[in-house]
Amino acid sequence: MSQQVASTAFLALLRRDFLLAYRRRAELLQPLAFLLVVTTLFPLGVGPSPQLLASIAPGVIWIAALLATVLSLDSLFRSDYEDGTLEQMVMSGQPLALIALARTVAHWLVAGLPIVLLSPLLAMWMNLPDEGMSILIETLIIGTPVLSLIGAIGGALTVSLKRGGQLLSLLVFPLYVPLLILATGAVNAAVVGLPYTAQLTWMFVGLILALTLAPFATAAALKLSLS
Amino acid sequence: MNRVTLFFHKMGSPPWFYRVSGYVIPWLWAIFIVLTAIGLYLGLVVAPIDYQQGETVRIMYLHVPSAWMSMMIYGFMAIMGVIALVWRIRMMEVLVISSAPIGAAFTVIALVTGSLWGRPMWGTFWVWDARLTSELVLLFLYFGVIALYKAYDEPRKAARAASLLSIVGAFNLPIIYFSVVWWNTLHQGSSFTGDGPGIHPSMLWPLLIMATTMKFFYGANLLSRARLTLLKQDHRKRWVQDLLSEESSK
Repeated sequence: MSQQVASTAFLALLRRDFLLAYRRRAELLQPLAFLLVVTTLFPLGVGPSPQLLASIAPGVIWIAALLATVLSLDSLFRSDYEDGTLEQMVMSGQPLALIALARTVAHWLVAGLPIVLLSPLLAMWMNLPDEGMSILIETLIIGTPVLSLIGAIGGALTVSLKRGGQLLSLLVFPLYVPLLILATGAVNAAVVGLPYTAQLTWMFVGLILALTLAPFATAAALKLSLS
Repeated sequence: MNRVTLFFHKMGSPPWFYRVSGYVIPWLWAIFIVLTAIGLYLGLVVAPIDYQQGETVRIMYLHVPSAWMSMMIYGFMAIMGVIALVWRIRMMEVLVISSAPIGAAFTVIALVTGSLWGRPMWGTFWVWDARLTSELVLLFLYFGVIALYKAYDEPRKAARAASLLSIVGAFNLPIIYFSVVWWNTLHQGSSFTGDGPGIHPSMLWPLLIMATTMKFFYGANLLSRARLTLLKQDHRKRWVQDLLSEESSK
Protein backbone atom coordinates (compact mmCIF):
# COMPACT_ATOMS: atom_id res chain seq x y z
CA MET A 1 0.00 0.00 0.00
CA SER A 2 2.56 2.55 1.13
CA GLN A 3 4.81 1.49 -1.72
CA GLN A 4 2.08 2.27 -4.17
CA VAL A 5 1.48 5.65 -2.56
CA ALA A 6 5.20 6.41 -2.74
CA SER A 7 5.43 5.57 -6.42
CA THR A 8 2.33 7.67 -7.10
CA ALA A 9 3.92 10.56 -5.26
CA PHE A 10 7.13 10.07 -7.23
CA LEU A 11 5.30 10.18 -10.55
CA ALA A 12 3.12 13.09 -9.50
CA LEU A 13 6.23 15.08 -8.59
CA LEU A 14 7.84 14.27 -11.92
CA ARG A 15 4.68 15.35 -13.75
CA ARG A 16 4.54 18.58 -11.83
CA ASP A 17 8.19 19.34 -12.50
CA PHE A 18 7.78 18.75 -16.22
CA LEU A 19 4.76 21.00 -16.29
CA LEU A 20 6.66 23.72 -14.47
CA ALA A 21 9.62 23.30 -16.81
CA TYR A 22 7.35 23.45 -19.83
CA ARG A 23 5.75 26.67 -18.65
CA ARG A 24 9.15 28.25 -18.20
CA ARG A 25 10.71 27.15 -21.45
CA ALA A 26 12.88 30.24 -21.81
CA GLU A 27 14.59 29.52 -18.50
CA LEU A 28 15.34 26.01 -19.70
CA LEU A 29 17.21 27.28 -22.70
CA GLN A 30 19.53 29.47 -20.64
CA PRO A 31 21.98 26.74 -19.55
CA LEU A 32 22.06 25.38 -23.10
CA ALA A 33 22.82 28.78 -24.58
CA PHE A 34 25.44 29.12 -21.89
CA LEU A 35 26.94 25.79 -22.95
CA LEU A 36 27.18 26.97 -26.56
CA VAL A 37 28.68 30.33 -25.64
CA VAL A 38 31.30 28.86 -23.32
CA THR A 39 32.36 26.30 -25.91
CA THR A 40 32.63 29.04 -28.52
CA LEU A 41 34.98 31.00 -26.29
CA PHE A 42 37.61 28.25 -26.35
CA PRO A 43 38.52 28.36 -30.06
CA LEU A 44 38.53 32.16 -29.77
CA GLY A 45 40.78 32.00 -26.73
CA VAL A 46 43.28 29.31 -27.67
CA GLY A 47 43.24 29.70 -31.46
CA PRO A 48 41.48 27.82 -34.24
CA SER A 49 44.16 25.15 -34.81
CA PRO A 50 42.22 21.90 -35.45
CA GLN A 51 44.83 19.69 -33.74
CA LEU A 52 44.86 21.82 -30.60
CA LEU A 53 41.07 21.96 -30.47
CA ALA A 54 40.79 18.20 -31.01
CA SER A 55 43.21 17.52 -28.15
CA ILE A 56 41.31 19.70 -25.66
CA ALA A 57 37.82 18.89 -26.97
CA PRO A 58 36.76 16.27 -24.36
CA GLY A 59 37.92 18.46 -21.49
CA VAL A 60 36.27 21.60 -22.86
CA ILE A 61 32.94 19.93 -23.51
CA TRP A 62 32.91 18.27 -20.11
CA ILE A 63 33.86 21.43 -18.27
CA ALA A 64 31.18 23.34 -20.16
CA ALA A 65 28.71 20.63 -19.11
CA LEU A 66 29.79 20.98 -15.46
CA LEU A 67 29.35 24.76 -15.59
CA ALA A 68 25.96 24.53 -17.27
CA THR A 69 24.75 21.96 -14.71
CA VAL A 70 25.86 24.03 -11.73
CA LEU A 71 24.19 27.06 -13.26
CA SER A 72 20.87 25.25 -13.37
CA LEU A 73 21.31 23.64 -9.93
CA ASP A 74 20.85 26.86 -8.00
CA SER A 75 17.17 26.96 -8.93
CA LEU A 76 16.65 23.24 -8.24
CA PHE A 77 14.96 23.67 -4.85
CA ARG A 78 14.84 27.45 -4.61
CA SER A 79 11.35 28.31 -5.84
CA ASP A 80 9.88 25.38 -3.91
CA TYR A 81 11.68 26.61 -0.82
CA GLU A 82 10.56 30.19 -1.24
CA ASP A 83 6.86 29.53 -1.77
CA GLY A 84 6.65 26.86 0.95
CA THR A 85 6.08 23.89 -1.38
CA LEU A 86 9.15 22.19 0.00
CA GLU A 87 7.74 22.28 3.52
CA GLN A 88 4.51 20.75 2.26
CA MET A 89 6.51 18.00 0.59
CA VAL A 90 8.32 17.24 3.84
CA MET A 91 4.98 17.27 5.69
CA SER A 92 3.42 14.91 3.15
CA GLY A 93 4.84 11.91 5.00
CA GLN A 94 6.49 10.51 1.89
CA PRO A 95 10.16 9.60 2.30
CA LEU A 96 12.13 12.77 1.74
CA ALA A 97 14.87 10.90 -0.12
CA LEU A 98 12.29 9.79 -2.66
CA ILE A 99 11.11 13.37 -3.12
CA ALA A 100 14.72 14.47 -3.55
CA LEU A 101 15.27 11.72 -6.10
CA ALA A 102 12.17 12.71 -8.08
CA ARG A 103 13.34 16.30 -8.13
CA THR A 104 16.82 15.20 -9.27
CA VAL A 105 15.48 12.92 -12.01
CA ALA A 106 13.35 15.77 -13.31
CA HIS A 107 16.38 18.04 -13.20
CA TRP A 108 18.43 15.60 -15.23
CA LEU A 109 15.70 15.15 -17.82
CA VAL A 110 15.28 18.88 -18.40
CA ALA A 111 18.87 20.06 -17.83
CA GLY A 112 21.19 17.06 -18.26
CA LEU A 113 19.66 15.27 -21.20
CA PRO A 114 19.70 18.38 -23.45
CA ILE A 115 23.44 18.63 -22.81
CA VAL A 116 23.82 15.06 -24.09
CA LEU A 117 21.73 15.88 -27.15
CA LEU A 118 23.70 19.02 -27.83
CA SER A 119 27.10 17.36 -27.42
CA PRO A 120 27.52 16.14 -31.05
CA LEU A 121 27.31 19.74 -32.22
CA LEU A 122 29.88 20.82 -29.65
CA ALA A 123 32.15 17.91 -30.58
CA MET A 124 31.94 18.92 -34.22
CA TRP A 125 32.83 22.52 -33.37
CA MET A 126 35.77 21.36 -31.30
CA ASN A 127 36.95 19.11 -34.10
CA LEU A 128 36.76 15.95 -31.98
CA PRO A 129 37.80 12.93 -34.09
CA ASP A 130 34.97 10.58 -35.06
CA GLU A 131 36.38 7.78 -32.89
CA GLY A 132 35.68 9.89 -29.81
CA MET A 133 32.15 10.97 -30.74
CA SER A 134 30.10 8.01 -29.58
CA ILE A 135 32.16 7.52 -26.45
CA LEU A 136 31.77 11.22 -25.58
CA ILE A 137 28.01 10.81 -25.76
CA GLU A 138 28.20 7.65 -23.66
CA THR A 139 30.24 9.37 -20.94
CA LEU A 140 27.75 12.22 -20.90
CA ILE A 141 24.79 9.83 -20.64
CA ILE A 142 26.39 8.09 -17.65
CA GLY A 143 27.96 11.21 -16.17
CA THR A 144 25.32 13.94 -16.31
CA PRO A 145 22.94 12.06 -13.93
CA VAL A 146 25.80 11.92 -11.44
CA LEU A 147 26.28 15.67 -11.86
CA SER A 148 22.59 16.20 -11.03
CA LEU A 149 22.63 13.76 -8.09
CA ILE A 150 25.73 15.18 -6.41
CA GLY A 151 24.77 18.71 -7.33
CA ALA A 152 21.39 18.27 -5.64
CA ILE A 153 23.20 17.87 -2.30
CA GLY A 154 24.86 21.24 -2.85
CA GLY A 155 21.60 22.78 -4.03
CA ALA A 156 19.82 21.53 -0.93
CA LEU A 157 22.58 22.82 1.37
CA THR A 158 22.50 26.32 -0.10
CA VAL A 159 18.76 26.66 -0.71
CA SER A 160 18.07 28.74 2.39
CA LEU A 161 20.90 31.16 1.60
CA LYS A 162 20.13 34.32 -0.32
CA ARG A 163 22.90 34.05 -2.85
CA GLY A 164 23.95 30.45 -3.12
CA GLY A 165 25.25 30.38 -6.69
CA GLN A 166 28.97 30.89 -6.25
CA LEU A 167 29.06 28.99 -3.00
CA LEU A 168 27.32 26.11 -4.73
CA SER A 169 30.07 25.86 -7.35
CA LEU A 170 32.73 25.90 -4.63
CA LEU A 171 30.92 23.06 -2.87
CA VAL A 172 30.30 20.75 -5.81
CA PHE A 173 33.21 21.25 -8.22
CA PRO A 174 35.74 19.40 -6.02
CA LEU A 175 33.25 16.52 -5.85
CA TYR A 176 33.04 16.44 -9.64
CA VAL A 177 36.80 15.92 -10.06
CA PRO A 178 36.76 12.08 -10.35
CA LEU A 179 33.96 12.15 -12.89
CA LEU A 180 35.72 14.73 -15.05
CA ILE A 181 38.94 12.73 -14.97
CA LEU A 182 37.27 9.44 -15.87
CA ALA A 183 35.08 10.88 -18.62
CA THR A 184 37.79 12.84 -20.41
CA GLY A 185 40.18 9.92 -19.88
CA ALA A 186 37.74 7.58 -21.61
CA VAL A 187 37.24 9.90 -24.58
CA ASN A 188 40.97 10.54 -24.95
CA ALA A 189 41.65 6.81 -24.80
CA ALA A 190 39.03 6.13 -27.48
CA VAL A 191 40.49 8.80 -29.76
CA VAL A 192 43.95 7.20 -29.73
CA GLY A 193 42.48 3.70 -30.02
CA LEU A 194 43.10 2.49 -26.46
CA PRO A 195 40.55 0.47 -24.46
CA TYR A 196 38.20 2.63 -22.39
CA THR A 197 35.98 0.02 -20.74
CA ALA A 198 37.64 0.52 -17.34
CA GLN A 199 36.79 4.22 -17.23
CA LEU A 200 33.21 3.61 -18.30
CA THR A 201 32.81 0.86 -15.71
CA TRP A 202 34.09 3.13 -12.96
CA MET A 203 31.72 5.84 -14.12
CA PHE A 204 28.91 3.31 -13.77
CA VAL A 205 30.10 2.55 -10.26
CA GLY A 206 29.92 6.27 -9.57
CA LEU A 207 26.42 6.45 -11.02
CA ILE A 208 25.18 3.57 -8.87
CA LEU A 209 26.79 4.98 -5.72
CA ALA A 210 25.39 8.44 -6.41
CA LEU A 211 21.94 7.06 -7.25
CA THR A 212 21.73 5.05 -4.03
CA LEU A 213 23.44 7.42 -1.58
CA ALA A 214 23.08 11.00 -2.83
CA PRO A 215 19.26 11.25 -2.38
CA PHE A 216 19.70 10.51 1.34
CA ALA A 217 22.33 13.22 1.70
CA THR A 218 20.07 15.59 -0.25
CA ALA A 219 17.16 14.71 2.01
CA ALA A 220 19.28 15.36 5.12
CA ALA A 221 20.40 18.68 3.67
CA LEU A 222 16.81 19.69 2.85
CA LYS A 223 15.66 18.86 6.35
CA LEU A 224 18.52 20.92 7.69
CA SER A 225 17.71 23.87 5.46
CA LEU A 226 14.08 23.83 6.58
CA SER A 227 14.87 23.53 10.30
CA MET B 1 27.07 4.74 34.33
CA ASN B 2 30.79 4.10 34.59
CA ARG B 3 33.30 6.89 34.91
CA VAL B 4 34.43 6.99 31.29
CA THR B 5 30.90 7.23 29.89
CA LEU B 6 30.06 9.81 32.51
CA PHE B 7 33.10 11.85 31.47
CA PHE B 8 32.03 11.87 27.84
CA HIS B 9 28.45 12.75 28.74
CA LYS B 10 29.68 15.66 30.79
CA MET B 11 31.95 16.81 27.97
CA GLY B 12 28.83 17.37 25.90
CA SER B 13 27.93 20.26 28.15
CA PRO B 14 29.56 23.54 27.07
CA PRO B 15 30.36 24.93 30.57
CA TRP B 16 31.94 21.63 31.57
CA PHE B 17 33.86 21.39 28.32
CA TYR B 18 35.06 24.96 28.76
CA ARG B 19 36.34 24.25 32.24
CA VAL B 20 38.04 20.91 31.50
CA SER B 21 39.65 22.09 28.26
CA GLY B 22 41.02 25.07 30.16
CA TYR B 23 43.03 22.67 32.33
CA VAL B 24 44.16 20.53 29.37
CA ILE B 25 45.25 23.20 26.91
CA PRO B 26 48.40 24.42 28.75
CA TRP B 27 49.65 20.83 28.97
CA LEU B 28 49.06 20.28 25.26
CA TRP B 29 50.98 23.45 24.42
CA ALA B 30 53.81 22.46 26.77
CA ILE B 31 54.16 19.01 25.22
CA PHE B 32 53.97 20.57 21.77
CA ILE B 33 56.77 23.03 22.50
CA VAL B 34 59.08 20.42 24.04
CA LEU B 35 58.49 17.85 21.32
CA THR B 36 58.85 20.44 18.54
CA ALA B 37 62.13 21.62 20.00
CA ILE B 38 63.43 18.04 20.07
CA GLY B 39 62.03 17.22 16.64
CA LEU B 40 63.38 20.33 14.97
CA TYR B 41 66.80 19.86 16.58
CA LEU B 42 66.99 16.26 15.42
CA GLY B 43 65.62 17.14 11.98
CA LEU B 44 67.46 20.35 11.23
CA VAL B 45 70.77 19.72 13.02
CA VAL B 46 71.38 16.06 13.80
CA ALA B 47 69.81 14.28 10.81
CA PRO B 48 72.18 13.73 7.87
CA ILE B 49 71.66 15.46 4.55
CA ASP B 50 70.34 13.42 1.67
CA TYR B 51 72.94 12.43 -0.89
CA GLN B 52 70.69 13.53 -3.74
CA GLN B 53 68.55 16.26 -2.22
CA GLY B 54 71.17 17.90 -0.02
CA GLU B 55 69.90 20.23 2.70
CA THR B 56 66.49 20.60 1.10
CA VAL B 57 65.51 17.21 2.48
CA ARG B 58 64.97 18.96 5.81
CA ILE B 59 61.76 20.51 4.49
CA MET B 60 60.39 16.99 4.79
CA TYR B 61 60.20 17.29 8.60
CA LEU B 62 57.59 19.99 8.24
CA HIS B 63 56.07 19.02 4.92
CA VAL B 64 55.24 15.35 5.47
CA PRO B 65 53.62 15.72 8.93
CA SER B 66 51.56 18.67 7.64
CA ALA B 67 50.29 16.63 4.72
CA TRP B 68 49.40 13.78 7.10
CA MET B 69 47.60 16.19 9.39
CA SER B 70 45.67 17.76 6.52
CA MET B 71 44.14 14.39 5.65
CA MET B 72 43.70 13.20 9.23
CA ILE B 73 41.82 16.33 10.27
CA TYR B 74 39.39 15.99 7.37
CA GLY B 75 38.73 12.39 8.44
CA PHE B 76 38.19 13.57 12.01
CA MET B 77 35.76 16.23 10.83
CA ALA B 78 33.71 13.61 8.99
CA ILE B 79 33.62 11.30 12.03
CA MET B 80 32.70 14.15 14.37
CA GLY B 81 30.19 15.31 11.77
CA VAL B 82 28.44 11.93 11.87
CA ILE B 83 28.30 12.08 15.66
CA ALA B 84 27.04 15.66 15.53
CA LEU B 85 24.25 14.87 13.08
CA VAL B 86 23.16 11.48 14.41
CA TRP B 87 23.20 12.23 18.14
CA ARG B 88 22.74 16.00 17.77
CA ILE B 89 25.61 16.81 20.09
CA ARG B 90 26.31 20.49 19.96
CA MET B 91 29.92 20.20 21.18
CA MET B 92 30.70 18.01 18.16
CA GLU B 93 29.33 20.64 15.79
CA VAL B 94 31.59 23.18 17.43
CA LEU B 95 34.57 20.82 17.10
CA VAL B 96 33.90 20.19 13.40
CA ILE B 97 33.80 23.91 12.71
CA SER B 98 36.88 24.59 14.82
CA SER B 99 38.81 21.87 12.97
CA ALA B 100 38.23 23.22 9.47
CA PRO B 101 40.55 26.28 9.56
CA ILE B 102 43.33 24.23 11.21
CA GLY B 103 43.05 21.54 8.55
CA ALA B 104 43.03 24.14 5.79
CA ALA B 105 46.14 25.75 7.30
CA PHE B 106 47.96 22.41 7.37
CA THR B 107 46.98 21.84 3.75
CA VAL B 108 48.38 25.23 2.79
CA ILE B 109 51.60 24.52 4.71
CA ALA B 110 51.95 21.16 2.95
CA LEU B 111 51.40 22.78 -0.46
CA VAL B 112 53.73 25.74 0.16
CA THR B 113 56.58 23.71 1.64
CA GLY B 114 56.16 21.22 -1.19
CA SER B 115 56.45 24.01 -3.75
CA LEU B 116 59.53 25.42 -2.06
CA TRP B 117 61.10 21.96 -2.12
CA GLY B 118 59.97 21.33 -5.70
CA ARG B 119 61.66 24.43 -7.10
CA PRO B 120 65.28 23.30 -6.50
CA MET B 121 64.50 19.58 -6.86
CA TRP B 122 62.10 19.36 -9.79
CA GLY B 123 62.96 22.77 -11.26
CA THR B 124 59.41 24.01 -10.89
CA PHE B 125 57.13 25.28 -8.14
CA TRP B 126 54.17 23.29 -9.33
CA VAL B 127 53.49 20.16 -11.34
CA TRP B 128 50.13 18.47 -11.75
CA ASP B 129 51.36 15.44 -9.93
CA ALA B 130 48.76 13.15 -8.36
CA ARG B 131 49.63 13.96 -4.77
CA LEU B 132 49.86 17.69 -5.34
CA THR B 133 46.58 17.76 -7.19
CA SER B 134 44.67 15.73 -4.61
CA GLU B 135 46.07 17.93 -1.85
CA LEU B 136 44.85 20.98 -3.76
CA VAL B 137 41.38 19.46 -4.15
CA LEU B 138 41.43 18.74 -0.42
CA LEU B 139 42.11 22.44 0.17
CA PHE B 140 39.06 23.28 -1.94
CA LEU B 141 36.99 20.85 0.13
CA TYR B 142 38.11 22.68 3.27
CA PHE B 143 37.27 26.02 1.64
CA GLY B 144 33.81 24.68 0.81
CA VAL B 145 33.17 23.65 4.42
CA ILE B 146 34.39 27.00 5.78
CA ALA B 147 32.50 29.03 3.17
CA LEU B 148 29.27 27.14 3.81
CA TYR B 149 29.64 27.72 7.55
CA LYS B 150 30.23 31.44 7.06
CA ALA B 151 27.28 31.77 4.68
CA TYR B 152 24.66 30.88 7.28
CA ASP B 153 23.50 33.33 9.90
CA GLU B 154 22.47 30.82 12.52
CA PRO B 155 25.61 29.19 13.95
CA ARG B 156 24.03 25.82 14.80
CA LYS B 157 22.40 25.39 11.42
CA ALA B 158 25.65 26.47 9.80
CA ALA B 159 27.62 23.92 11.79
CA ARG B 160 25.22 21.13 10.90
CA ALA B 161 25.37 22.03 7.19
CA ALA B 162 29.17 22.09 7.37
CA SER B 163 29.15 18.71 9.14
CA LEU B 164 27.00 17.20 6.41
CA LEU B 165 29.25 18.62 3.71
CA SER B 166 32.37 17.27 5.38
CA ILE B 167 30.79 13.80 5.50
CA VAL B 168 29.96 13.96 1.78
CA GLY B 169 33.47 15.24 1.09
CA ALA B 170 35.11 12.48 3.13
CA PHE B 171 33.16 9.93 1.14
CA ASN B 172 34.53 11.45 -2.04
CA LEU B 173 38.07 11.97 -0.85
CA PRO B 174 39.37 8.43 -1.53
CA ILE B 175 37.60 8.42 -4.91
CA ILE B 176 39.20 11.76 -5.75
CA TYR B 177 42.59 10.50 -4.63
CA PHE B 178 42.49 7.31 -6.69
CA SER B 179 41.06 9.00 -9.77
CA VAL B 180 43.78 11.64 -9.62
CA VAL B 181 46.48 8.98 -9.27
CA TRP B 182 45.01 7.18 -12.23
CA TRP B 183 44.75 10.41 -14.27
CA ASN B 184 48.33 11.31 -13.62
CA THR B 185 49.74 7.89 -14.47
CA LEU B 186 47.81 8.00 -17.72
CA HIS B 187 49.22 11.33 -18.75
CA GLN B 188 52.80 11.21 -17.55
CA GLY B 189 55.10 9.09 -15.48
CA SER B 190 55.18 9.79 -11.77
CA SER B 191 57.65 12.54 -10.98
CA PHE B 192 59.10 10.66 -8.07
CA THR B 193 59.15 6.93 -7.58
CA GLY B 194 56.98 6.30 -4.53
CA ASP B 195 58.59 4.86 -1.43
CA GLY B 196 61.95 3.45 -2.32
CA PRO B 197 63.98 1.52 0.23
CA GLY B 198 63.25 2.13 3.92
CA ILE B 199 64.11 5.41 5.62
CA HIS B 200 67.14 5.53 7.95
CA PRO B 201 66.35 5.82 11.68
CA SER B 202 68.27 9.11 11.93
CA MET B 203 65.70 10.60 9.56
CA LEU B 204 62.71 8.54 10.70
CA TRP B 205 62.85 9.64 14.34
CA PRO B 206 62.65 13.40 13.75
CA LEU B 207 59.86 12.76 11.24
CA LEU B 208 57.87 10.69 13.73
CA ILE B 209 58.45 13.22 16.51
CA MET B 210 57.31 16.06 14.28
CA ALA B 211 54.24 14.06 13.25
CA THR B 212 53.41 13.45 16.93
CA THR B 213 53.97 17.02 18.02
CA MET B 214 51.57 18.28 15.36
CA LYS B 215 48.81 16.16 16.90
CA PHE B 216 49.36 18.07 20.14
CA PHE B 217 49.33 21.35 18.23
CA TYR B 218 46.04 20.34 16.64
CA GLY B 219 44.60 19.36 20.01
CA ALA B 220 45.62 22.60 21.70
CA ASN B 221 44.52 24.76 18.79
CA LEU B 222 41.24 22.87 18.37
CA LEU B 223 40.29 23.20 22.03
CA SER B 224 41.20 26.90 22.10
CA ARG B 225 39.12 27.56 19.01
CA ALA B 226 36.21 25.53 20.34
CA ARG B 227 36.30 27.54 23.59
CA LEU B 228 36.25 30.80 21.66
CA THR B 229 33.37 29.61 19.48
CA LEU B 230 31.42 28.59 22.61
CA LEU B 231 31.99 32.00 24.20
CA LYS B 232 30.82 33.75 21.05
CA GLN B 233 27.72 31.59 20.63
CA ASP B 234 26.75 31.62 24.29
CA HIS B 235 27.71 35.15 25.21
CA ARG B 236 24.21 35.86 26.46
CA LYS B 237 23.90 32.67 28.47
CA ARG B 238 24.16 32.34 32.18
CA TRP B 239 27.37 30.33 32.37
CA VAL B 240 29.33 32.82 30.27
CA GLN B 241 27.97 35.72 32.33
CA ASP B 242 29.00 33.91 35.50
CA LEU B 243 32.41 33.23 34.02
CA LEU B 244 32.85 36.87 33.09
CA SER B 245 31.89 38.14 36.53
CA GLU B 246 34.22 35.54 38.06
CA GLU B 247 37.06 36.77 35.85
CA SER B 248 36.44 40.44 36.54
CA SER B 249 36.25 39.92 40.30
CA LYS B 250 39.71 38.35 40.32
